[in-house]
Amino acid sequence: MEPTSRAFKENSRAAVNDAHLQQALSNMRVGFVDKRGKAVGKLPEFEALRDEGRDIKAHVLENLDFYLEEFEARVVEKGGRVHWCQTGAEARETILTICREAGAKTVTKGKSMIGEEIEINDFLEANGIEPIETDLGEYIIQLAGEPPSHIIAPAIHKTQDDVADLFVEHHAPYGKTERLNEARALVDEARQILRQKFVDADVGITGANFLVAETGSVVVVTNEGNGDLTQTLPRTHIVTASIEKLVPTLEDTTTLLRLLARSATGQEFSTYTTFSTGPKRPGDLDGPEAFHVVILDNGRSAALGGEFHDLLRCIRCAACLNHCPVYRAIGGHAYGWVYSGPMGAVYTPLLLGIEEAGHLPNASSFCGRCEAVCPMRIPLPRMMRHWREREFEGRYSAPAVRRNLRLWAWLVRHPALYNRMTALAARALRLLAGRRGRLSRLPLAGGWTVSRDLPAPEGRSFKALWAADVRPGRGR
Amino acid sequence: MNDSRAAILATIAKRLGRGPLDEAARKSLRARLRGHAPGLIPARAQLPHDEQLALFQEQAEAVATTVERLDANSDVPGAVADYLARHNLPSEVVMAPDPSLDGYPWGDKPTLQIRRGVTAGDDLVAVTGAFAGIAETGSLMMLSGPDTPTTLNYLPDNHIVVLRAEQVMGTYEEGWILLRSAGAMPRNVNFVTGPSRTADIEQKTQLGAHGPRRLHIVIVGSAQEDK
Amino acid sequence: MTDADPRIGLFVTCLVDLMRPSVGFAAVKLLEQAGCRVEVPMNQTCCGQPAYNSGARAETIAIARQVIDNFEGFDYVVAPSGSCAGMIREHYPRLFAADAAWGARAEALAARTFELMGFLVDERGLTAVEGRLSARATYHDSCSSLREMKVHAQPRALLASIKGLELVELADGEACCGFGGTFCVKYPDVSTSMVDSKLDDVARTGAELLLAGDMGCLLNMAGRLKRQGSPIRVRHVAEVLAGMADGPAIGDADG
Repeated sequence: MEPTSRAFKENSRAAVNDAHLQQALSNMRVGFVDKRGKAVGKLPEFEALRDEGRDIKAHVLENLDFYLEEFEARVVEKGGRVHWCQTGAEARETILTICREAGAKTVTKGKSMIGEEIEINDFLEANGIEPIETDLGEYIIQLAGEPPSHIIAPAIHKTQDDVADLFVEHHAPYGKTERLNEARALVDEARQILRQKFVDADVGITGANFLVAETGSVVVVTNEGNGDLTQTLPRTHIVTASIEKLVPTLEDTTTLLRLLARSATGQEFSTYTTFSTGPKRPGDLDGPEAFHVVILDNGRSAALGGEFHDLLRCIRCAACLNHCPVYRAIGGHAYGWVYSGPMGAVYTPLLLGIEEAGHLPNASSFCGRCEAVCPMRIPLPRMMRHWREREFEGRYSAPAVRRNLRLWAWLVRHPALYNRMTALAARALRLLAGRRGRLSRLPLAGGWTVSRDLPAPEGRSFKALWAADVRPGRGR
Repeated sequence: MNDSRAAILATIAKRLGRGPLDEAARKSLRARLRGHAPGLIPARAQLPHDEQLALFQEQAEAVATTVERLDANSDVPGAVADYLARHNLPSEVVMAPDPSLDGYPWGDKPTLQIRRGVTAGDDLVAVTGAFAGIAETGSLMMLSGPDTPTTLNYLPDNHIVVLRAEQVMGTYEEGWILLRSAGAMPRNVNFVTGPSRTADIEQKTQLGAHGPRRLHIVIVGSAQEDK
Repeated sequence: MTDADPRIGLFVTCLVDLMRPSVGFAAVKLLEQAGCRVEVPMNQTCCGQPAYNSGARAETIAIARQVIDNFEGFDYVVAPSGSCAGMIREHYPRLFAADAAWGARAEALAARTFELMGFLVDERGLTAVEGRLSARATYHDSCSSLREMKVHAQPRALLASIKGLELVELADGEACCGFGGTFCVKYPDVSTSMVDSKLDDVARTGAELLLAGDMGCLLNMAGRLKRQGSPIRVRHVAEVLAGMADGPAIGDADG
């Protein structure tokens, strides 16, 4: 998808004014937060597990080269292949080559953010191969021609009516012409249609939640079971994963799995958690004959050892999205690319550059709720601030903004002048407000007064009163 | 593409402020892998076996799995037949070729038509065993193999699992220990926690998205005293 | 555990100084009632947060040095603001982490810096205030108070001691009000949506009085309430605790 992060201001304004989107978002706002809260409440060890999860991932990053090599060696031992790709273009070509070798006409897909990142669906279609999303949310947005708006609930911006409209529009070729009014019926229709797609597919492409170095296993987690049908039925299974998905052992993976579902949906464990290790074994009654892992860098190795190193601990649970007041106000599309919410605000400039994505780390009140819920304890606000520092130093922010800030900072360091100006401002604003106690319009304060009044100051500054030995409250 | 491999590995090392790891470091990391030490294991399932069985059932039922406790092997065929009748399902199942299922007196229910093998997707009911039950989350641990096709866990609408009481353990870590002692990783280890579901339509949960609509577990036997 | 007559440097905050000095005087009253001697360094201006959150690190460091210079030598530094206290306590040490001398000074200052209610309850052992106020109120925890200064129970403990005051909790007490410093003027659409969500929550409590411990949040919420024509009154919690809640509420006309 062509990024539109540059247009974040326009996107977000449209989003807050989009009644339909706001209606859809209202379905997710309370639910995810409450469910995670309940799940955390039921596991006394949760905070200690967050520490362990963070430490496991931190250890992996420090030794990422070793773990990648170990993983590759185990995959190859089990009869699979690993493909290392520096860029999205390389990954696309690699996947296309594998699909061509498999004579693929149709490809089923489990949900993969890497797949979105490299725009694999458009590329396959352009090359005569039909990709079919099987996660219900991804299937819905594929029909709508839209990108996902949430990491784990891609169609969260769609209402049931939207889904019913999409199905009746696109399912006629399957003999389905009735518009369905119940969620149950919609799910059943999708199940029926996609079942045949699963069976017919030549290649299945999934993402990976984790890559286990100890065994060369790929972990795919779903609630629907589409990840399993995608990987087991076709003759070829391709996994797309970014380099930092490595985890050392099965035990380490278990610790992370205990954090993942609870953080994401408030479930104790997702319905289907599958460890896949290579292709079909001699004697196996089902399974793919070819097993490929396409590992993508796309700028991540360059982030190691720098200010954004800790971001690579992310396990894509979306807890930060679910708890972010900005995401909850505008949804995922306003961010303009694949990754949204707080992790998207740090990831997107990393992968696309600060010029394209500069708005994202700026559009935060630094409330810190993301960091408070991140199972990997990633210091997201700090990293957003680092982006702001790069913008300021790199002069990406508007010259007027930088000038005003420098001027203000100078004034703040000249207390005598600052105090006089504060006292003046207090008096002036008070006079302007008259007896109303507030101002509805104020030059240079358009950003504030467009939707808020500005309460009037009391009229004199605290320090002026203190210096004059005025002490309201004494003797009361 | 080998250039990409070399480039990625080189960038990683450089960004971490070092060259490739030396042999001492690699040895230490390999030892960590071989040691596969568990991390913090929640206390929840660290219970006497009879309580683990109860926890398993409670956790499984909390995610819409149905669970039945049976005393004896001879109860199993009847339990399966009754389940089909209760849900108005035809008296036909596809059953994994798993030898662990051979020992039940299926002949006691001659009207129950059993086909041992794989499914092409037309079967309504699959009967399988499992490698283990994990009490912590009410999950089944299932391995792929010559007698245990994975697709039986996913394609049929209804999945009945025959689990022996002694197969129920507390935690995932115990499952990994058992698996390692049984041999190498199979192609698939499936952890199944309830029937298939989705909340992609307005965040309301619907069962039976792509996998089974129903998961039924019959647990045969009683708690082990000295587990 | 509690010192006799500790010397407090009051960090009045730039917003209280400019907009609502009565909050500063309420803080002084509460601190004096808790047995403290309060001084106000006159060369204080700002903690530097606006520069910090705009990415102007060098300017922030220069401002922070000034704050450290002004506030060294007190037993405690107390601010009627979670965000200013949090800036000093959580962020100053990090700003000077690479500088041994200033780092030590920043750490020392940070260790002695408190938000007002956290200080009164945790350090001075205050359990109750005198006074009465007949009202149904709700309390908004500022993000910094909640997450940086760990202030949540303390204001509630003190408010519980006010006769006649009925405190009703917000449904989602951890939600940001949308102020965020320059965020609210740079992204007014998003910020307004956030404050509206907050105020919907406030309305659902049926409260006639909205309290909080940070002027930024208060100005934001009061400003939006006034624009909407709401009768809900907004005050800094210190005003209520100090029994000084009889003047005009934030944004209200005189008299």
